[in-house]
Amino acid sequence: MGPLLQAILNGLVAGTILTLPAMGFSAIFAVLRYPSFAIGALASFGAYGGWYANSRWGWPIEAALPLAFAVAAGVGTLCEWIAIRPLEPSGALMMAVASLALSFLLENVLRFGFGNDLRGFDLPMLRDVNWGPVRIGPQQIKNMLLSLAVMLAVWGFLRLTNTGRSMRAVADNPDLARLRGIDPARVALITVVMGAGLAGVGGMLLGLDTSIDPMTGTRLMLSIFAAAVLGGLGSIPGAVAGALVIGVVEELTVFAISPAYRTPAGFLLILLVLSWRPSGLFARRAEA
Amino acid sequence: MLNYAIFVLTTAGIYAVLAQSLMLSWGMGGIVNLGLAGFFAIGAYASAMATKWGGLPLPVGLVLAMLAASVAGLVVTFSTLRLRDDYLAIVTLGFAEVLRIVANNEIWLTGGSDGISGITGGLSRADRMPFALTWLGVVTLVVIVWLAALRRLAASPWGRALRAVRDDQVVAAVAGKPVTRFKAQAFALSTAIAGLAGALFGHFGSYVAPDMFQPLITIYIFLAVTLGGNGRPSGAVLGAYVLVPFLELTRFIAEHVGGISALQGAALREIIVAVVLLVLMRLRPRGLLPERNQQAPRPSSPSERSAS
Repeated sequence: MGPLLQAILNGLVAGTILTLPAMGFSAIFAVLRYPSFAIGALASFGAYGGWYANSRWGWPIEAALPLAFAVAAGVGTLCEWIAIRPLEPSGALMMAVASLALSFLLENVLRFGFGNDLRGFDLPMLRDVNWGPVRIGPQQIKNMLLSLAVMLAVWGFLRLTNTGRSMRAVADNPDLARLRGIDPARVALITVVMGAGLAGVGGMLLGLDTSIDPMTGTRLMLSIFAAAVLGGLGSIPGAVAGALVIGVVEELTVFAISPAYRTPAGFLLILLVLSWRPSGLFARRAEA
Repeated sequence: MLNYAIFVLTTAGIYAVLAQSLMLSWGMGGIVNLGLAGFFAIGAYASAMATKWGGLPLPVGLVLAMLAASVAGLVVTFSTLRLRDDYLAIVTLGFAEVLRIVANNEIWLTGGSDGISGITGGLSRADRMPFALTWLGVVTLVVIVWLAALRRLAASPWGRALRAVRDDQVVAAVAGKPVTRFKAQAFALSTAIAGLAGALFGHFGSYVAPDMFQPLITIYIFLAVTLGGNGRPSGAVLGAYVLVPFLELTRFIAEHVGGISALQGAALREIIVAVVLLVLMRLRPRGLLPERNQQAPRPSSPSERSAS
């Protein structure tokens, strides 16, 4: 029973961190209407930004996290405006292909700059906390809380601010939103900043738990897809729920089958969900 | 030097077959297959296993490779062909990744990360020149055969209907075209072609391993097809034959940039490839040989018009 509970707990920890890039992917899909395959590489960029500030300049984690957001958001916006936006007339698939090319580009820029070595954050060594049969590291608890705080901030932004409301309006119906005087370019910019930034924070939180290398984020791509598809592509609350489910499913796969089959399990879930409920497990209405 | 030229031409030919696969699904069908490397791998492994462990002759291996890749294509896309095209892009990309993980871990089936070596090349590898020339001939012949076949197909009613599906699924459906069936047929045929390319690759090189089927291969072929023109069979072939010298050029550039390590050189090559793809998509999305618009054939008599 202990190992099973431990696997579920590990899954919740991993899933909580996965929510951030999954939300970013879904937000970009909802507003800009293409699947961004660069979101993983942007997570890596955030992770390296935070790591650099933390290990080279001695910044504390709390200060490095906003930097991770800013680095990923900056790089993501640059990529969007230079490489992806001009392809909009050619359709979503061309934008998706361009984002895949960008993913390779960004990953190799990191490899060029920092090599393939594993990099670790400068963190105090802390003893794991035992709760009956399961244990958890204090850093993991902290990461979960940070991730929850970011989620709450995003929720508040989307629900309570005018900008957030216009984002949801564009996601829901871009033509109607334009009729109401919402500037689509501005909403697109804010969505990219938010989506890429969330990926960057997620990448750094993941790096805090383990270590980072140029593939840190791209390795996460399948889990991000799985979370987003499970929750219904383009749905942000769905992405959160999907990420938690995927986190637990992946850890249970590690526990029951083999660590190697962590990502294939998520992929199998994508196929199953798309066969039976293409609009996601939590969708209330059919997708147009 | 001659050996090197023959090797480069054979590799370009294998890429040209792969490019035909992508041209058919992406350029003609509008179905983005981001898992091309995965179907390439399936063909390579299927034929290697059939000939090495099944003792089957090489041509049977090639046919089995096409069948295996085609079936895999249909299974993977079974649930997504009816949905929006972005789902298919996600699923195919995931499929290629998962396939590599499985090939790395199911050692009993695939030899794990060591792969399968000693794959038959049909004739003795000891006679280097006859072997190289024979394979150059075989691969080039396959390129020409598919080029001719796909040109016929592109001009056929089937090809026209497929392009109609690509341009507007709703209109095609209203015109009575079975949209999903057309897409499934195009995708199954395109993955079969990718499987054939994989089988040729395995037999020519005598060795397959999971690391040979990185997603980077898919990017290379997207570059080839974008460069040559993704709506035309000859464009895809031309793109592949330009791609391989271009890749050699990036190797040359990476080696001659001073003061960087081998790893940085490799990263620089991939950066160049990705940037060139992005620039081409932006500046010349229709490629060197753009798709030609076909004139709709005019019905010759009123009776024929009512019959169609």
